[in-house]
Amino acid sequence: MTYSPEVRERLERDAKEIIGRYPKTRSALLPLLHLVQSEDGYVSDDGQELCAELLGITKAEVTGVATFYTMYRRKPAGDYHVGVCINALCAVMGGDEIWEELSEHTGVGHDEVTSDGKVSLERIECNAACDFAPVMMVNWEFFDNQTPASAKQLVDDLRDGKDVRPTRGPKRLCSFKEASRVLAGLPDDLAGDGPSAAGPSLEGLKVAKANGWKAPEA
Amino acid sequence: MSTTLTPVLTAKWDQPNSFTLDGYGEYEAAKKALGMDPDAVIQAVKDSGLRGRGGAGFPTGMKWGFIPQGDGKPHYLVVNADESEPGTCKDIPLMMANPHALVEGVIITAFAIRANHAFIYVRGEVLHVIRRLHAAVREAYEKGYLGADIFGSGYGLELVVHSGAGAYICGEETALLDSLEGFRGQPRLKPPFPAVAGLYASPTVVNNVESVASVPSIIANGADWFAGMGTEKSKGFGIFSLSGHVTRPGQYEAPLGITLRELLDMAGGVRAGHQIKFWTPGGSSTPIFTDEHLDVPLDFEAVGAKGSMLGTRALQIFDETTCVVRTVLRWTEFYAHESCGKCTPCREGTYWLKQVLKRLEKGQGTEEDLSTITDIADNILGRSFCALGDGATSPIHSSVKYFRDEYLKHFEIGGCPFDPKKSTLWGEQ
Repeated sequence: MTYSPEVRERLERDAKEIIGRYPKTRSALLPLLHLVQSEDGYVSDDGQELCAELLGITKAEVTGVATFYTMYRRKPAGDYHVGVCINALCAVMGGDEIWEELSEHTGVGHDEVTSDGKVSLERIECNAACDFAPVMMVNWEFFDNQTPASAKQLVDDLRDGKDVRPTRGPKRLCSFKEASRVLAGLPDDLAGDGPSAAGPSLEGLKVAKANGWKAPEA
Repeated sequence: MSTTLTPVLTAKWDQPNSFTLDGYGEYEAAKKALGMDPDAVIQAVKDSGLRGRGGAGFPTGMKWGFIPQGDGKPHYLVVNADESEPGTCKDIPLMMANPHALVEGVIITAFAIRANHAFIYVRGEVLHVIRRLHAAVREAYEKGYLGADIFGSGYGLELVVHSGAGAYICGEETALLDSLEGFRGQPRLKPPFPAVAGLYASPTVVNNVESVASVPSIIANGADWFAGMGTEKSKGFGIFSLSGHVTRPGQYEAPLGITLRELLDMAGGVRAGHQIKFWTPGGSSTPIFTDEHLDVPLDFEAVGAKGSMLGTRALQIFDETTCVVRTVLRWTEFYAHESCGKCTPCREGTYWLKQVLKRLEKGQGTEEDLSTITDIADNILGRSFCALGDGATSPIHSSVKYFRDEYLKHFEIGGCPFDPKKSTLWGEQ
């Protein structure tokens, strides 16, 4: 597979915009690899070659970087890339049970894709939402306070094409490719969706307000 | 109760538009700072006593002061927004709900160190947070708070939001810089420190999100205001993140020096019908504490004196249903997964720790295995290239110190004495 002239032209245009933000071009490599994933769903051979060409480095250098970072996939992700946090705290709070049941329910393991190509599963490390444990991510959006039942329902809904909303995020769940475009530094217009903060994020503020506690006056 | 909460960074999180410029307000602190001498801004932050909120606690103003001036080289500010330390979950909600505090802090910090280019290196796995950062930066540009000639001061700043791609090691500041330069994120030998040779071998300040976001309040309210909170050597406020077996887990912004007992009182205590067994004061890389330590003031000195570290104030609470061996195994698997492979003690040590702990957790170990894991940990600690390796030894040493009997119990009965279902969120239903 090689990119058609139209696709290549579009990717080059996006890439040049990204490269232009950095004092040195090679800094654009991580964003460009996200851009490749926004086109192909993984860091394809062609995509890596394009990165090398645009940045004036070798393909081996690009591959060396692409293989270091866990978010770059060596094979296509599902439309919905589902992560279950299995780091210590989430595991103890139920992440282990969620993973086991979800993996059995879907018939796929870590880094595998369901036969319909819709869902891939990953055992993820701490995603900085420990106060919402156990945590799951879909295309890197938060799905907080999960249970084995809610996790299975979530994946079933994704595979059935039903409307699924992140707990703290936009009204509409992006595909893996759309999400990758945001990561490349080309944001969509969904930043205004969703709450400022929710649930546990607000517990301290609630306690402070209930007690009339404030930071001292200047 | 002697200590009360002091919401500053979290004060507006319950407002629906807190993440927009409308909700945040004008950049008054930046305007004030840009009318000051840059050295006076550095001095104000020095006087405030602000210490790095990313875990290490290095004095922020002093770090800024290390940047050589008049050297003719470009200077850079890089915000470390790669929050990935297990248990740490403060910067992510902060950037989601209040990204403008960070952007305003970036302007003030960059001005102080004479940088005209700044980067926010944010971990990639938090899509909506990244959207909010991009939107905040765009709003700031549109208002003229970023770009050329900010507030007519003649000072200009470009700010780029840069997403990482999944690597805990990039939270280490020199690995982050390599990553930002487009390489594998592996730590660099220090010295030279980033202040001398950082991004593109130029003088660079790398600061944590919460540190930078605290700066506008210091400029607006004065160094004395900030220094009036906290303890003698640990000034100001910080976000304390409670997670795990707590009635109301969440983010509690308080003066440094508050105790876990006080925080637990505010959070409704350990979940009903249970008692605290062990906890981390500041993430998995800080040695665990037990119920003996509920009254330790959570500041850099007091936590250090008791053999742990304040770290990122990531208070992960585990009750008596939790198996400490299983928990330590999972942290160890994390370090083995995230070890960058550059140095042998960390790469090999974490791998072997994982193997032995797996055996111990299954009840197939021996007492000799306990000596083996502490011996391996001794050979990582202080001998690895960066702090990731040191951090990996914290759960090992501290759990063997406090819970040796529980390790022994595993191989006495040939298995884990705990039912993992009981420790889950739904285990009591």
